[in-house]
Amino acid sequence: MHRFANPARFLRLGAAIMPWSTGVAVLSLAAGLYFALFASPADYQQGESVRIMYVHVPAAWMALFIYTSLAATSAIALVWKHPLADLAAKAMAPVGAAFTALCLVTGSLWGQPMWGTWWVWDARLTSVLVLFFLYLGHIALNNAFDDPTRGARAAAVLAIVGVVNVPIIKFSVDWWNTLHQPASITRLAAPAIDPAMLRPLLLMAIGFTAYFVSILLLRIRTEILARKLRTLRYMQGAEAPAPAVAGERI
Amino acid sequence: MRNLAEYFAMGGYAVYVWPSYAAAVAVLIGVLIASLRSLRARSAELEAIEGSLPHRSREERPT
Repeated sequence: MHRFANPARFLRLGAAIMPWSTGVAVLSLAAGLYFALFASPADYQQGESVRIMYVHVPAAWMALFIYTSLAATSAIALVWKHPLADLAAKAMAPVGAAFTALCLVTGSLWGQPMWGTWWVWDARLTSVLVLFFLYLGHIALNNAFDDPTRGARAAAVLAIVGVVNVPIIKFSVDWWNTLHQPASITRLAAPAIDPAMLRPLLLMAIGFTAYFVSILLLRIRTEILARKLRTLRYMQGAEAPAPAVAGERI
Repeated sequence: MRNLAEYFAMGGYAVYVWPSYAAAVAVLIGVLIASLRSLRARSAELEAIEGSLPHRSREERPT
C-alpha cells in the first residue's frame, strides 16, 4: 500500500492503467447497450420495461461499491495517514453520488409502470436515499473548512460511520417486507435470471466499473495538482519561495 | 425489429425506458466532462503559477 503513497509513482501507475480501463469501459458499454436494447428478450411479466434494469441494477451496484471503497479509503486516511487516501476519497465521492442518483431516477422510472408509484418509503428505497445524502454530506464536509486536511478528516469520519448503511441496503429486502424485490443474482443458489438477461446486466456492470476506474484515476490526478497548487500558493504567500518545492515537477 | 416505430414504442413503455437510458448517458458523459474540465483548469493554473516563480523563469530563459 505504501509503495503507492508516492504521487509520482501513483501517476505513472495510473497512466499505465488508464488506456486499458478506458478501452474495457467503451467496449463493455457498447456491447452492453447492444444486448440491453436489441439482443435480449422482453420479460414475460415486465414486458419491455425490464430493459430499465440493465441501467438500474449496475448503477445500484456501483453506488454500494463506491461507498464501500470510500469508507475503506477513509479508514486508510485516518489510520495510516496515507497521503493519497484523502485525495482518492475526495475524488470518488461525487462519482458515487452520481451513480446513486442514476439508481434512484431509473428505479423511479421503473416503479411508476410496474408498481404504480414513483416512490414508496419502503426500507430499500429509503436506505438508498440515505446513501445519496451520505455522499452529499461527504462532499459538503470536505469543502466546509478553510483547512483542507480538517475537512478531509471530518468527511472521512462521516464515511466510516455511514458504512453501517451498506449492509442495511443489501439486506433490507430480506429483513423487512419491502415492495422492492429480493436479490436474484447474488444468492447462494444459481441466479434466478435467464442467461439472455444476465449478459447485458453483467456487461453494463463491467462497463460502469471500468468507467469508474478511469474517471477515478483522472480525478485523483486533478486532486494531486490541486494540492500542489495550494502548496505553491502558500510558498508564494510566504517571503521567499523555496527552490526545492518550486523545482519539483509532476 | 421489422418495424422501427414498434421498436421505439418499447411495448408501451417508451416514456419509461428511453428516459432511463438518457439519464444513464447524461450521468456518464456529465461526470466525464466535469472531471476533464477541472483537470484542465488545475493544469492551467499550475502552469501559470510555476511560470511566475522568479527562479524558474531565470532557469528557462537564460539571458
